[in-house]
Amino acid sequence: MALIIVIIAALLLVAFTLLRRRSPAVLRHIEAFERLSHAIGLAVENGTRLHISLGRGNLFTARGASALAGLAMLRRLAERTSVSDRPPIVTSGDASLSILSQDTLQAGYKAAGAEEQYRATTGRLTGLTPFSYAAGTIPVTRDENVSANVVLGDFGAEAALLAEAADRENTHLIAASDNLSAQSVLYAAAQDPLIGEELFASGAYVGAGPSHEASLHVQDVLRWLIIIVILIGALLRFVGASF
Amino acid sequence: MRYLTAAIAIASGSIVLFGYLYPLDALIQLRVMLTNWAVIVAAMAVLVGVANLVLVHIDKIRRTEKNSIYGVLLIVSLLFTFGAGLVLGPNSQVVRVAIDAIIVPVEASLMAILAVTLVYASIRLLRRRTDVMTVIFLVVAILFLIAVMPTPAGPIPGDFLLLQFLHMFSDGGARGLLIGIALGALLTSLRVLFGIDRPYGGN
Repeated sequence: MALIIVIIAALLLVAFTLLRRRSPAVLRHIEAFERLSHAIGLAVENGTRLHISLGRGNLFTARGASALAGLAMLRRLAERTSVSDRPPIVTSGDASLSILSQDTLQAGYKAAGAEEQYRATTGRLTGLTPFSYAAGTIPVTRDENVSANVVLGDFGAEAALLAEAADRENTHLIAASDNLSAQSVLYAAAQDPLIGEELFASGAYVGAGPSHEASLHVQDVLRWLIIIVILIGALLRFVGASF
Repeated sequence: MRYLTAAIAIASGSIVLFGYLYPLDALIQLRVMLTNWAVIVAAMAVLVGVANLVLVHIDKIRRTEKNSIYGVLLIVSLLFTFGAGLVLGPNSQVVRVAIDAIIVPVEASLMAILAVTLVYASIRLLRRRTDVMTVIFLVVAILFLIAVMPTPAGPIPGDFLLLQFLHMFSDGGARGLLIGIALGALLTSLRVLFGIDRPYGGN
């Protein structure tokens, strides 16, 4: 069954990617991404920084997917802020993710033709446990001339501390997590929380390419399939059918 | 070079995925071997990450940036605990004291601050966003707290029914969110597996 879902998803992804190359998708309006776009422009003009926090998503666990989504977004943000005097700072709570964030930053600058702007110290490992990560990340928001924070990845309830630090410094905050606890605390603490799978839509909204837009369509198709299966299952159970 | 890294990543990912889906002996052995290699690489990545952290703080100290004194404290503490762990072993009394008497209480304090932060954030929530969802969020949170909080007179009458009622919605909502997240994770992983997204090798 799992293999069938993977194959269907893979085929749909390829098909929709080819389709999206010919005609770009029209995405629904999400306030947080609008504000992010505005914040990027403002950071470049003001000479301030973006702070991107990728969370603690270990790439060897199921949580790694949120980290990969964060890296895809980072790549685009690095390209878009490459003209800025102050490069964005990326913090993470997992060592492998930290190395990948440096690599992604470098790739973003290279793609924008500004590789000399890259500094290895802008991709940082700030802590290996949830609270040490939060404690190591808060000073970045406070001391590094940051005007906007993008908190995107696997976090726990400690994300509220990051949101509070951003609020205290009067900086903009866009936050998304794959963790339900983090989503609920961010809903209460962040200005622009992204709920549920909106985390995985970030690439499409920052223009990461047709495959990201195609992913959203595949998710919609699969979601409807799941809804239909759930309804049929409920109906069958209601009429007393056993399966 | 970038094609080679992509080929290695795609091949490794495919082997691990099919090792889960088709538990054949050869695939399982390959999967276990690749996972073991990944664990060793991840352990080395921690050392690289820590070295990077030290470099960041040395740079801050050199430039006499604001709050760079904390950088000095971090480097001294790091050298001390790393040295003690290396010489005495990770289970020695000295290293245990560093963990039990410093790291654990500090993290517990942060947990306490988190509780206060959340209460404060909830109070400010209506000022930040005034919409139907915010009101529902706050009402549900307050009802849930009323249902679970201990009182001197014992449980509140009807707390079980209230919790059942709230769980009916919250469980359904949580499952919906988790299905969405799982689909997002699946598609993100497939993009990496197909080499469309390559967060490695400087591509």
